[in-house]
Amino acid sequence: MQDKLQASYKQLEMKSKYTNMFLRWFLYFALILFALYFIFPLYVMVVTSLKTMEEIRQGTLLTWPSGLNFDSWAVAWGGRGYGAGDTFLRPYFWNSFKMVIPAVFFSTFIGAMTGYVLTKWRFKGDQWVFLFLLFGCFIPFQAILLPMARTLGVLGISNSIIGLVLVHTVYGIPFTTLFFRNYYISVPTELVKAARIDGAGFFKIFFKILLPISAPIIVVTVIWQFTQIWNDFLFGSTFSFGKAAPIQVALNNMVLSSTSVKEYNVDMASAIIAGIPTLIVYVLAGKYFIRGLTSGAVKG
Amino acid sequence: MLKWLEKNLPKIVMAPAVGLIGWFVYGFVLWTLYISFTNSKILPKYELWGVGQYVKLWGSRKWLIAVDNLLIFTALFLIFCVVIGIILAIFLDQKIRAEGVLRTIYLYPMALSFIVTGTAWKWILNPTLGIQKMFIDWGFENFTFDWLVNREMAIYTIVIAGVWQSAGFVMALFLAGLRSVEDEIVKAAKIDGANLFTVYWKILLPMMRPVFFTSFVILVHISIKSYDLIVALTQGGPGISTTMPALYMTQTAFHKSQVGLSAASAIMMFMAVAAVIIPYLYSELRRENAR
Amino acid sequence: MKTLRIEELSKNFGSTEVLRKINLEIDEGNFLVLLGPSGCGKSTLLNIIAGLETINEGNVHIDDYNVSKVEPKDRNIAMVFQSYALYPSMNVRENMIFGLKQAKVSKEKIEEQLEKVSRFLQVDALLERKPSQLSGGQRQRVAIGRALVREPRIFLFDEPLSNLDAKLRVEMRREIKKLHQQLKTTVVYVTHDQTEAMSLGTNIAIMNHGVIQQNDTPENIYNKPSNTFVADFIGSPSMNLIKGNLKESSNKISFIANGSNVEIPINGYNFNEKSNLNNKEVFFGIRPEHIFFKKSNESDFEITLKADLSEYIGHEQIMTFNYENQEVLAKFPSTIKIELEKNTNLFFDLTQISLFDAKTEERI
Repeated sequence: MQDKLQASYKQLEMKSKYTNMFLRWFLYFALILFALYFIFPLYVMVVTSLKTMEEIRQGTLLTWPSGLNFDSWAVAWGGRGYGAGDTFLRPYFWNSFKMVIPAVFFSTFIGAMTGYVLTKWRFKGDQWVFLFLLFGCFIPFQAILLPMARTLGVLGISNSIIGLVLVHTVYGIPFTTLFFRNYYISVPTELVKAARIDGAGFFKIFFKILLPISAPIIVVTVIWQFTQIWNDFLFGSTFSFGKAAPIQVALNNMVLSSTSVKEYNVDMASAIIAGIPTLIVYVLAGKYFIRGLTSGAVKG
Repeated sequence: MLKWLEKNLPKIVMAPAVGLIGWFVYGFVLWTLYISFTNSKILPKYELWGVGQYVKLWGSRKWLIAVDNLLIFTALFLIFCVVIGIILAIFLDQKIRAEGVLRTIYLYPMALSFIVTGTAWKWILNPTLGIQKMFIDWGFENFTFDWLVNREMAIYTIVIAGVWQSAGFVMALFLAGLRSVEDEIVKAAKIDGANLFTVYWKILLPMMRPVFFTSFVILVHISIKSYDLIVALTQGGPGISTTMPALYMTQTAFHKSQVGLSAASAIMMFMAVAAVIIPYLYSELRRENAR
Repeated sequence: MKTLRIEELSKNFGSTEVLRKINLEIDEGNFLVLLGPSGCGKSTLLNIIAGLETINEGNVHIDDYNVSKVEPKDRNIAMVFQSYALYPSMNVRENMIFGLKQAKVSKEKIEEQLEKVSRFLQVDALLERKPSQLSGGQRQRVAIGRALVREPRIFLFDEPLSNLDAKLRVEMRREIKKLHQQLKTTVVYVTHDQTEAMSLGTNIAIMNHGVIQQNDTPENIYNKPSNTFVADFIGSPSMNLIKGNLKESSNKISFIANGSNVEIPINGYNFNEKSNLNNKEVFFGIRPEHIFFKKSNESDFEITLKADLSEYIGHEQIMTFNYENQEVLAKFPSTIKIELEKNTNLFFDLTQISLFDAKTEERI
């Protein structure tokens, strides 16, 4: 009887060992398959950008390029140098930076201040004020495009980088407020109370006590805002054209411009150039990127 | 005076944010709402004209196609993102060796703009040199894959690219949700004799209800607003077969100069989003207050 | 036949050794408490018994079957967790019968078990509720119920009371005690609370740094701690450990505290081994409750000390005395008055002392 039971235990053990091994193999197989699906477009972009048009016509999407040929990158970045009608990304790339940096700075700063007030200087109805701001995260921007275009016109800053900075700052505030408010709410209010007893005022408490411990949330917010504004197309394409356009608009124009032959290699090089800054941020600070994404990802 | 200033300093600091949002969000939405009741063409007119624009909108074939497309896209986008996201999250939750690397790979499309994504997929899906050629060169001579230029199928190419971009995000949400479940629940289930499938199907996934809800809201929100991806991938074509409300709105406003009609379509989008968001915010707030 | 037998069991997480050569046996119907500070390995040991953790070395036997590599569900055990671990999406009924359903027990049998157990634990009115709608005590009961319906050979409890408030904890402790008295099922119970351990266990195994320090009855643990760790861990305030030397002359053994010239005669002490005692460095252990303010036994030893500190806690007071710059705590009824910084006569009950080797810290 005892031996029999021990034997059946042995059987159970073997059975679970084999099913487990099979499951593990299947698991890794499936995960790698998915990884290939996600990698595939990036791979295709990179190899295509390194091929000549001749190679592209002869091979397939997956064919490895014959050599490291950066010609199409040079064209995408600096053009062919025949003057008018020659579109290339360099000026727009810098446009995007000129737009992103101030917009990220202002929206982050305002968000930090409002988050600070909403959690540490609570007043009657502050919940409603928060909700009032939060709803801004969700509005479809189509509902404000027309009046915004008018307003920029009236202010005389339509089709300018300043105009885009204003737009991105304003519509970033709901998100930055959300981030900072959720972060500061977990900072013990005793800290602020202690500082007030020690005689520190509103601004001193913010700059000397809260700001120094805000590094993680500042990183999250800056990355989030940077990615959102860099990747924006709707505002860029609606409120700017020609010289003031940001990179995504320029990329789209370049790809759509119907010159005689489609140059897929230049298109892909351009797409990579437009994507590289955010990809770098993602690779370097993925943890913060994901944190921002899961705590405030509501923007399309 | 100084005393008053000191006392109201917090509110004064709040004022710019509240003012900006009040004006640029609420004020503008109201302005758009008002304009949607006027007969504005290139320039806004301020005499009320009734619901004429809405009647015109819902009688427009292009708008109906756009709404149709939106429904198809939303349904498929949701289903595929959630299914792939959950599968990836559950698989990654099994103490996988290279979890960090795999997670990075699944999520990187989220860092790219829809324009970049659209440009890449447009090249991959183009019938002459893209996937179709790849399969033909591999020996499948009758293989055709022309969805991108096929009126009936073009909308599905947008689904393909959209899912590629957003599925990793759903994975991240679910993975965070699964990781927050207490170990002891899984241990209890093991002692109760539940196998891995039962643990997820009967115990863990039912616990993920809030995550489902969040994913649903965010994905629907993304799909209602989707604009860039369509511009980059199909420009609404072939013909008008992949038009969606967001594209309709900007085209009507800035190419056709029908400001009133365009405002009406924007308000419809606004209402669609509000219908999803308000219950969501309400339940979130209740959860926070319950804590 | 032992219900549970663990031999030479070792476990490490990477390079950190969590359990070292554990040997443990439990007789049928006993209530074994694993007691120790956090991080001592007690929960890991419990998880190993349950089959939730793998073993690096050694074996676990249940009813003489080696179950070291058997899945948890096939070990004939049930477990109650600290967080109760009730499945939040299922109601009480579904929670309780989940295990039986997985084991494909017949519907009639399941219903019968459920009714019996839910009536026994008085949760029969709660069957349709979700865990979130239950109070802490009710959740605890349901968690125990989920374990009971399986009719296991061994119950495993992992700090089941530590999430409850103080009052409820005492109540539930009594209920668990009653439960064990009625069912007489073998129990292994993990806790860091000595009161819980003392009141519940028929045996207590005290653990520290992955090693069992002493495995004994509650009485022996309290009266005859096998080393200074156990002496210090059990009792509140814990046992006074006064450092000093032994002196052996013409069959008389006495203890002299460091810096003191008072000889405390300890002829009546029951040494484990009576050799090489002269000049041995030792700890003289005496519990605060064994120091009196008046003589009650002939054998009591009188000593005069000054009090430094008084802590009043209602029914009693804890006085701290200075014994040649070593602290000696004593527990008195709060009715008596002792003045600080004044000589006070105290009486050590020498029948209740323990002696430990100062080097090995083991009982001698």
